[in-house]
Amino acid sequence: MKKSVFFGTLAAAGLVAGFAAAGTLDDVKARGELNCGVNTGLVGFAAPDANGNWSGFDVAICKAVAAAVLGDPTKVKYVPTSGQTRFTALASGEVDVLARNSTWTFLRDNDLKLDFVGVNYYDGQGFMVPKALGVSSAKELDGATICIQTGTTTELNLADFFKANNMSYSPIAIDSNAEGEQQYLAGACDAYTTDASGLAATRAAFANPADHIILPEIISKEPLGPAVRHGDNQWGDIVRWTLNALIAAEEYGITSANIEELSKGSANPEIDRLLGTSGDLGPMFGLDNLWAKRAILASGNYGEIFAATIGESTPIGLARGLNAQWTQGGLLYTPPFR
Amino acid sequence: MAIVSDPPKQSFRLSQLLYDTRYRSMTIQVVVLMLFMAMAAWLIDNTITNLAARGKDFNFSFLGIRAGYDIGQRLVAYDSDSTHARALLVGLLNTLLVAFLGCIVATVIGVFVGVLRLSKNWLVARLMTLYVEIFRNVPVLLWILIIYAVFTEAAPLPNAFREGGTASMILFDSVAITNRYTAVPDPLFSRSLGNIDIGIFLISSDLLAIIAAVVAGWYASRLVLRRATAVQFATGLRPVTWWKTLALLTLPGVLTLWALGFHLGYPSLRGFNFAGGINVSNSFMALWLALSLYTGAFIAEIVRAGVLAISHGQTEAAHALGLRPGRTMSLVILPQALRVIIPPLISQFLNLTKNSSLAIATGYLDLRGTLGGITLNQTGRELETVLLMMLIYLVLSLLISGAMNIYNASVKLKER
Repeated sequence: MKKSVFFGTLAAAGLVAGFAAAGTLDDVKARGELNCGVNTGLVGFAAPDANGNWSGFDVAICKAVAAAVLGDPTKVKYVPTSGQTRFTALASGEVDVLARNSTWTFLRDNDLKLDFVGVNYYDGQGFMVPKALGVSSAKELDGATICIQTGTTTELNLADFFKANNMSYSPIAIDSNAEGEQQYLAGACDAYTTDASGLAATRAAFANPADHIILPEIISKEPLGPAVRHGDNQWGDIVRWTLNALIAAEEYGITSANIEELSKGSANPEIDRLLGTSGDLGPMFGLDNLWAKRAILASGNYGEIFAATIGESTPIGLARGLNAQWTQGGLLYTPPFR
Repeated sequence: MAIVSDPPKQSFRLSQLLYDTRYRSMTIQVVVLMLFMAMAAWLIDNTITNLAARGKDFNFSFLGIRAGYDIGQRLVAYDSDSTHARALLVGLLNTLLVAFLGCIVATVIGVFVGVLRLSKNWLVARLMTLYVEIFRNVPVLLWILIIYAVFTEAAPLPNAFREGGTASMILFDSVAITNRYTAVPDPLFSRSLGNIDIGIFLISSDLLAIIAAVVAGWYASRLVLRRATAVQFATGLRPVTWWKTLALLTLPGVLTLWALGFHLGYPSLRGFNFAGGINVSNSFMALWLALSLYTGAFIAEIVRAGVLAISHGQTEAAHALGLRPGRTMSLVILPQALRVIIPPLISQFLNLTKNSSLAIATGYLDLRGTLGGITLNQTGRELETVLLMMLIYLVLSLLISGAMNIYNASVKLKER
């Protein structure tokens, strides 16, 4: 699989030599469709339904960007990528933006020549075990067999965590979340480890979610965010500020219910600038003035997206926690729109 | 005197390159070579340009940095502090292990099935045909997945081996087949000779001593047999040798084991998993079995073809000389059949070795899993790792075919 990706990369690179350096924005506009790299299937974050329509927390980013750039949130081609293929897909130009719960790290930002444009979910790595195992802390996992997705930061954190605590484990390498779920349920491993949000999403899809617990230890920082290719600053800015617009909309109380009313003019000049009622922010990076309004209309503001896809009322049931607005004690804080 | 004049000398004209048959083939070859070189140059230039456009360089220094990940099955010392080069070595050895064991089992299965398929027993012959056709005509990846699924779904959890559990160990409580691994006893030596450090990894002196003893015993038994043949030629009577060869083949190994204080460390359930023995992972077992059964089916056909290629007159002639059927097979038919069998057998060994890269399907960390999987992902060096991996597989295949060609040269028809 890797080889085919590699040769595909070479071939694609050969065909579009010289063309790839042109602006991604122009490419997307000319194509009339946004290629968005997503997870192969992680309920709540990115998963297709029975009709093949993708939905989820990460998918909402794709929709918002498509709405901002192309004016239509449905003009997205979702490209499922595994932990192994995601960065190659982005680097080779197969996707324009990667919204696939990927951790922002120094190495990926610099050595892999990606640009993470922000954080849409502050996560950390956790462990899930069957209740019947009688384990209540990750420190009790000495000697356990652990399922782990290859090509991820979690793989490295796991090695570090067990080394730091002077414990041993045997890793079982798996390729996708679906395979991990199957192996874990078959008892091929005692524990499954990935980002805590991913664990919650995986558990929600089990037949008996209550038979499994997520251990309290969070062993790493996993800031997940959308990424673009390094070097195309205009495109990076568009994705970055689309994400910021969604977060700011929640902060300023712009929802999909009241956005039409607010865009007629409001008491808050910042809302006016954001929604394009006043000022001309959009043309500064090659879009029109209504880009943010369309992005918010795509699936609502950050809070609405969170509540609809992974929030406490969904089967996944994640609390806002660190992902609340800074005014609510969370870490979400956008630079001002001016 | 008649003067012979030289034939009129024609000067070389450019059109001769195309119309003169003496030069035409040369012209075509030169053109094709130039096209090929232009194509290669275009590919390389493209790669360099695109790497430069993305700000990526081409170097192998990543092999020296800390790998940071763990590998379940390792034949040499390795932990997450080791380098990527070390991880490469671990993966390479895992590839070699499964390829080596796979080739042996596939050959045994192949010879057995290939000969049995020619059996006059209707049922046996049909059963063998069934095996060959089923395994040969389903992709090997599916076999790997099916066998892996059987292991993980049908075998009990390690937990089930606890007191009062539903599963129990087999072979005098020494082996436990679980859905994760097969726990087998660990060979231990109470009077161990220690290890030899050859810089890259340690080699067990005990293993070397055992191998040396067994090889020496085998060589001595060959001498005994050769002497028996000489006596037979001189006197017409063959001395009884079976107890000598049996003793020479077994005693040296057994005595060395005894001298080293050989005993077994039995696995037992401690904590989550079995410990104290060797846990052979299911991913390895599934890969090994699937590759052996799949390639074995092909080898069976090669063996059958080889045996059928020998004229039936050879068998009849051997029988007329009074040779029993077993001796006919081993002394007359097989040595000749080997000439037909060896060359296609080489490509089956190569296929098995390369197919072992399907290990990724079961999470067995071979070369493809370490260098071409995790290392590639953690360092983002796609071009370097894939080229390096291709180079290693190429060298591996050339070594195997080189070794087999030497063997082939030794059995092939020697014309005098």
